[in-house]
Amino acid sequence: MPGFTGWLDTPAGRVARIGSTLRLRDHFGAWKARWGIGRMSYLVPPGLYAIGEPRPEDPVVVTANYKMSFDIVRQALAGRRLWLLVLETHGINVWCAAGKGTFGTDELVGRIQATRLPEVVNHRRLILPVLGAPGVAAHLVKAQTGFTVRYATARAADLPTYLDAGMVASAQMREPTFTFRERLVLIPVELVGAIPLVLAISVVLFLAAAFGTGVFTPSAGWTAVTAFFGAVAAGVVATPLLLPWLPSRSFAVKGAFAGLIWSFLLYLLLDGASWDSTTTLAAFFCIPAVSAFYALNFTGCTPFTSISGVKKEMRISIPAMAAAVAVGALSWLTDTVIKLLS
Amino acid sequence: MKHFTYLKNVSTLNLDQGACIGCGRCIEVCPHSVFRPSGKKVAVQSRDLCMECGACARNCPSAAVRVSAGVGCASGLITEWLSEIRFFRGTRSGGC
Ligand code: SF4
Ligand code: SF4
Repeated sequence: MPGFTGWLDTPAGRVARIGSTLRLRDHFGAWKARWGIGRMSYLVPPGLYAIGEPRPEDPVVVTANYKMSFDIVRQALAGRRLWLLVLETHGINVWCAAGKGTFGTDELVGRIQATRLPEVVNHRRLILPVLGAPGVAAHLVKAQTGFTVRYATARAADLPTYLDAGMVASAQMREPTFTFRERLVLIPVELVGAIPLVLAISVVLFLAAAFGTGVFTPSAGWTAVTAFFGAVAAGVVATPLLLPWLPSRSFAVKGAFAGLIWSFLLYLLLDGASWDSTTTLAAFFCIPAVSAFYALNFTGCTPFTSISGVKKEMRISIPAMAAAVAVGALSWLTDTVIKLLS
Repeated sequence: MKHFTYLKNVSTLNLDQGACIGCGRCIEVCPHSVFRPSGKKVAVQSRDLCMECGACARNCPSAAVRVSAGVGCASGLITEWLSEIRFFRGTRSGGC
């Protein structure tokens, strides 16, 4: 149990007390989770926890059983007296769990009853993260349990300010940020997720390019694979990092732009003037298409893209990507056939 | 997050002002300050910032707000579309 420091007796039985300092193990665990290692089992048992020596009149803060959410919340609330009600979201963070409905009305109502919260506290107020609101209907919770839900800040770090300000969240405190660092930490899991498809395509690409000249030329294969890796990196790494500076509101266009930069870099580094038409076409059509595809995938990670917007982007950009890849592939095919015939 | 804005004119958000009782819940839950108070009710002030998370609709006690909510996740949508055309029956949830 992370941060366990002892037990606290309450009218509803004993409650685990948790400390607010993170140990090396917690930091290492967070690092592993960001790379997708054992991510799904990165959870804490749901239930009621005590921070400090809470009394019946102290506030109740609700969070998910994703260990990283739990750690951030207990760290932010250091030195206070609070009850922490942890919902079963199967190790998923508040925002994603609310979208899936596991951080939801039924789970909250059930957890209040299971922990016998009404016997532990003498008030009927709950503080929920605002990013959990898509899953929880406050009026239904009130009707079913008598507890009033207040939605607090988007970031746990703002919780102390929120509590001290008499539970009022400014518009700024409700708005999720998406800083360079916040974008950076999302990249590893995306990279790990991309590996299987990227490897499969690389093998095909290597063989196609290496045999494309009629004689087996491994160097041509490696060049093609490098170009492809760069295209993936432009979409998975560069686009998220450069998000505010890439042109257009569309993620596909942002990705295509990052891909084009990579095409130009290759052209400069590998003496593009000496390329045949196939290579040039492939570099300037296929690379941006691949980058755009991976950039579009990143929409699932942002706290501001709407599903209608993503659908619209996909309707327009997926045929465009397919066409661009087809141009590259067809030109390569005709080129190879001509070479083999002559 | 002032410099992050997504596509314009796509949100399915719909407010029925006649049904609104002015409780202010939608203002409290919206991460992007899409609503503002307007007399004894609320009004939509910045529809293009809406990310269709559904928090307002879920929490409106008088069902005055409607939005077709979902997570804007391309890989999830691709998996969904592929399974719709019965080409690929994946068990993946899109990873988000
Ligand atoms: S939550 Fe519904 S009833 Fe309350 S102010 Fe918003 S629209 Fe009106
Ligand atoms: S769906 Fe979400 S972002 Fe859109 S108005 Fe409602 S609460 Fe705000």
